[in-house]
Amino acid sequence: MSMNTPLTLFDKVWAAHEIVQREDGEALLWVDRHFVHEGSFNAFSQLKARRACVAEPGRTFAVADHYVPTRGSRRVIDNPDIARMVRTLEENTSEHGITLFGLDDARQGIVHVVGPEQGLTLPGLLIVCGDSHTSTHGALGAYAFGIGASEVAHVLMTQTLWQRKPKRMRITVNGRLSSGIAAKDIVLAIIAKIGADGATGHAIEFSGPVIRALSMEGRLTLCNMSIEAGARSGMIAPDETAFAYVRGRPYAPKGPLFEQALEAWSALATDEGAEFDREVEIDAGEVAPIVTWGTSPQDALPIDARVPDPAREGDAARAKYLREALDYMALKPGTKLTDIAIDRIFIGSCTNARIEDLRAAAAVLTGRVSKVPGLVSPGSSAVKRQAEEEGLDRIFRAAGLEWGESGCSMCVGINGDVVPPGERCASTTNRNFRGRQGPGARTHLMSPAMVAAAAVTGRLADARPLLAGHRL
Amino acid sequence: MDKFIRLTATACPFDVANLNTDQLLPARFLKLPRSAGLGAVLLHDLRFDADGRERPDFPLNQPAWRAAKIVVGARNFGCGSSREAAVYALLDYGIRCVIAPSFGDIFGGNAVENGLLTATVSDAEAANLMRLLGEEPRLPVTIDLEQQTIKCSDKAFGFVIDRVRRTRLLNGWDSLALTASYMDKIAAFKTADRARRPWAMPSSISVRDGSGDKSDDAG
Repeated sequence: MSMNTPLTLFDKVWAAHEIVQREDGEALLWVDRHFVHEGSFNAFSQLKARRACVAEPGRTFAVADHYVPTRGSRRVIDNPDIARMVRTLEENTSEHGITLFGLDDARQGIVHVVGPEQGLTLPGLLIVCGDSHTSTHGALGAYAFGIGASEVAHVLMTQTLWQRKPKRMRITVNGRLSSGIAAKDIVLAIIAKIGADGATGHAIEFSGPVIRALSMEGRLTLCNMSIEAGARSGMIAPDETAFAYVRGRPYAPKGPLFEQALEAWSALATDEGAEFDREVEIDAGEVAPIVTWGTSPQDALPIDARVPDPAREGDAARAKYLREALDYMALKPGTKLTDIAIDRIFIGSCTNARIEDLRAAAAVLTGRVSKVPGLVSPGSSAVKRQAEEEGLDRIFRAAGLEWGESGCSMCVGINGDVVPPGERCASTTNRNFRGRQGPGARTHLMSPAMVAAAAVTGRLADARPLLAGHRL
Repeated sequence: MDKFIRLTATACPFDVANLNTDQLLPARFLKLPRSAGLGAVLLHDLRFDADGRERPDFPLNQPAWRAAKIVVGARNFGCGSSREAAVYALLDYGIRCVIAPSFGDIFGGNAVENGLLTATVSDAEAANLMRLLGEEPRLPVTIDLEQQTIKCSDKAFGFVIDRVRRTRLLNGWDSLALTASYMDKIAAFKTADRARRPWAMPSSISVRDGSGDKSDDAG
């Protein structure tokens, strides 16, 4: 590649981390930040078996999020299995000298909310974590991706990882976002368009006027869901929005170092004329509030649509897919989405539990009452404090919802907070897989405002009329 | 790690697109240590009903496929959560190879780390294989990693696998052993990188320049 070859954002960040490029196409990459959580215990066991040390404890940060209770007091964890998971993380991090944002730490929260919030996530970094939603951190212009336990162990021991370079895909979002439409709607529209494996083997760059106008929080939601299209990562070129977000955060560079960083970060944007392996464009003007009806995030439709009818599907394999999804979701073909009654709502997760998300839900819920029970779990303990300062907790409580603590909670249900079997939940989370929120649970994904609208109407509903007079 | 060279075994078809790792190993079993053996909970909520009884129509519960060592899947097999325990569950059950038109990226990486072969075939070849197995469930399937071929009845076709992964599987190599030979290069990179990108190290939170500590500010 000559000096003058125009490069993409992804190419530049990748090149800055390449230690070795082997002839067979694999590269050994340097890792700037490694996040671990309770679920990383398999990797620490591998370390123990090899009697190995953590190579770079100063670049490794741990957060208790996957298993921590998110309802009631957290001083004592009643479930012994869950208490053991949290204790094991404390022991492993203490043994290896890794900073832990544990249950008693004001910085605790969901790892993908905490990283950006604490200034650990910076433009141009390579970030990994044993969690598929690590793609979130790409919103700041980092190359960030999820890895498995063996790779976690490899990073712990060497601070490096072998990778084959993924292909590059650019998704350009043109036009202008209409009022009441959120980043969640954009990303669900993208996944519906390209499919749950539409970006497999690719690193996505999101670009275009709509992305540049998005807040940092909206960008985090967008990159978070990249994995639901199969992508290795999602990235956005760092700009003034990103720089302003990072400045002054606890672990971000300070003073002259920050100025030096700004110069480096400003050069990261994709060069004019750089080539992508695949280009996708969508017009934001065509994006309506979106909900999922099936068992994959690709099963997403505008709220004014009807559930598909397998009998009208010409392709036999597709018809079978639709029948199985509708059967699990207990939906009749052709049902209007707005006729689907729900049993419960959940507002939380690394996708949609930042302060702007809580504000959007609160805007709909102000002065209204939820017709169904529900839980609001803030993305981090810092988000929780800020929401309480703004009085959002009082709006949720007045609406009849439970105001909980921060953690992965009912998105994955491993802390015991599950949707009961057969119940239908409107959820701000990222996966509507069978049984994701608990065995037999039926999940509909949507934006925080749309979940709030579902709460006050008791069925899937368009949030826009309920937002009249509010500005998101 | 066990080598993978070739295997002849019965093969169980799962004609489910986007069969994600939440299905392969439901989240509530993630607490189990690997030493417990995760084969019994592989695909738990599809294999068993709410009362823990086997669902007789599920492929893995049918007599011909109980002892399958090969799975034939549909598109995007193993998408979703990064949980490596999904691979442990397949291996602990006895599965050594998954044949499918495409795989989740993270699942593919986890598979090679543990000696599970992911063989990529076309949609038509996967459908063809599933049809053959549907007609004659006990048909043995031979998968040869050296030759990169799959044979079943009188049909034979090739499959795709990343050449690095192929070499690693054939030799049973783990990536740590390989990395050990690059430790000097890693050390040199670290030093040079520190000079090139001094801002990339986490700033010490005890050093503040007064430009605004946002530690209590989520916005």
